[in-house]
Amino acid sequence: MTGSRRITYRDAVREALQEALRRDPRVFLMGEDVGRYGGSYGCSKGLLAEFGEARIRDTPLSESAFTGAGIGAALGGMRPIVEIMTVNFSLLALDQIVNSAATLRHMSGGQFSVPLVIRMATGAGRQLAAQHSHSLENWYAHVPGIKVVAPATVADARGMLWTALEDPDPVIIFEHAMLYNEEGDVPGGDSLTVPIDGAAIRRDGTDVSLITYGGSLKKVLAAADELAKEGISGEVIDLRSLRPLDERTILNSVEKTHRAVIVDEGWRSGSLAGEISARIMEGAFFALDWPVERVCSAEVPIPYARHLEIAATPQVPGIVSAVRRAMRR
Amino acid sequence: MSAPPDPRVHLDREHCLKLLRTMMLIRRFEERCAELYGEQKIRGFLHLYIGEEANAVGVMQALTPEDAIVATYREHGHALARGLPATEVMAEMYGKATGSSRGRGGSMHIFDATRRFYGGNAIVGGGLPLAVGLALADKLREKTPVTCCFFGEGAAAEGEFHESLNLAALWKLPVLFVCENNRYAMGTALERSESEPDFCRHAASYRIPAEAVDGMDVVAVEFAARRAAQAIRDGAGPQFLENRTYRFRAHSMFDAELYRDKAEVEAWKQRCPIKRFRSWLIETGVVHDNDVAALERDVEAEVEAAVAFAEQASWEPEADLTRDVLTTLTPGGRR
Repeated sequence: MTGSRRITYRDAVREALQEALRRDPRVFLMGEDVGRYGGSYGCSKGLLAEFGEARIRDTPLSESAFTGAGIGAALGGMRPIVEIMTVNFSLLALDQIVNSAATLRHMSGGQFSVPLVIRMATGAGRQLAAQHSHSLENWYAHVPGIKVVAPATVADARGMLWTALEDPDPVIIFEHAMLYNEEGDVPGGDSLTVPIDGAAIRRDGTDVSLITYGGSLKKVLAAADELAKEGISGEVIDLRSLRPLDERTILNSVEKTHRAVIVDEGWRSGSLAGEISARIMEGAFFALDWPVERVCSAEVPIPYARHLEIAATPQVPGIVSAVRRAMRR
Repeated sequence: MSAPPDPRVHLDREHCLKLLRTMMLIRRFEERCAELYGEQKIRGFLHLYIGEEANAVGVMQALTPEDAIVATYREHGHALARGLPATEVMAEMYGKATGSSRGRGGSMHIFDATRRFYGGNAIVGGGLPLAVGLALADKLREKTPVTCCFFGEGAAAEGEFHESLNLAALWKLPVLFVCENNRYAMGTALERSESEPDFCRHAASYRIPAEAVDGMDVVAVEFAARRAAQAIRDGAGPQFLENRTYRFRAHSMFDAELYRDKAEVEAWKQRCPIKRFRSWLIETGVVHDNDVAALERDVEAEVEAAVAFAEQASWEPEADLTRDVLTTLTPGGRR
């Protein structure tokens, strides 16, 4: 890539925040420890010094009030970015997100929209046990009236925020906690923004469609490398947007490969993987050569001990096995 | 921008007639809604404000068109007092396309962007964080409006009440919190739900200046609201009013009222804000019997026109079911 730079996911998020704050005076960042502490994952380090306390707002531990205040400020003409430390804590703000942010436009007959961006970390992998490790993206992806995105790459982490801020409706951005230290390329030049409405093919293939998002993408790409050595050509789809789902990209791929394996760090029961599987049944049933396979988290609150945490969540060997099953190997 | 309202209450004849008329309009509108509910023209939940009219009417006198309002699910009175046309509110009750929310909201979700009326919130306590955010937006843009947030005393038991008061005080936001204490959270009496039933003390614990007001006296409410709004406009940060009031009707249309004595209801009815104000105006000679009769005819005509408007209004086509879920999916709209 000409002029591309290699940076961490964390830096990509910070740069995106900085750019948004510089570009639009209506943008401000609000959340627990986003200011003096620099963000619980370090994503807003240095922003307080550049933009001041009015625009980098440390909040009390009041998820419902500051998320609701973000909705109110969006109604009032601002472009707030609310950071919730993790999806686990966002349950304290679920009322505001589901009952207000998602409903106000429809419930008011189209009079009000809520141009709010909510960012939160999600996922397991840091031995933080059951109250800091869950993947509840699909709870939000269930709800009409909000958009849900999951940047899985550094370039998406850099480029999705501005697009989300320009969207007139509420957008939730899920950042997998295991991605912050990952390095990746961002393109050179000024145009770093990316669309948030479609999936991306991260690897072309012909034998099986591997459908995933967020923190699992890296594992799925590793599995695809391993499978390639066995002569299995996996096509890797990064959903990027969890609501709406880019059904066309999924179905086109399955119509080509005739097999699908969905990798989702959420629990299998009631999962996004279940929804995608149903869409494939509805849209590409006769193209399938094998039942849709799912690799999800075990039905257990994510445990602390390293080996148990690994056993509870999708890993490369499990993905490889599922693909072999689908290939009848 | 219009000038802020005079912090003093001027009880001239014109103003008194306006206060009386607005309370009478709300009363008659809702009596008619109860009848229409019986006829099944209005469905869903219907929460009547009858008995509490002095609160919305009194507080609205202190607000300008630039100010924002967040209300509850018992908000017909707030909507009408804010100046929403009775026609649009009634059409929304019917669920018609010309309703204030195109039939998407119903009784509990009346909205009006042009009047900065942010609804109609049916999650108890859910409006408080929104009001904090609206006020924050104004403060960040260095604008001066007040955001007025109505809620019932039931909301004070919710975490969002405490979180919102804390945040508003911490950030010195221009919010006027108006607690309409009608003594019952649905069927649960105040003393059965609050360890500290004096809400001014709750507000004071967040260092928010607070005042208890007779919510059955429109002039007292207007006076307190003007003083509080002026303090906010002067930069004193959030203010809190506890309006002590009472609903004369059931919580909603499905309520057998097993939780309170009829004698208690009758005693409060003696303090009816409309009767009280009207008697006082007549006794002091500010208005006369024929003025009241004229108002009654006028209000009756307005309500009947609203009913006629709602009756003849069309239904939203089912083809438009999913419009206004997301802005980008909206195929062009009325607003």
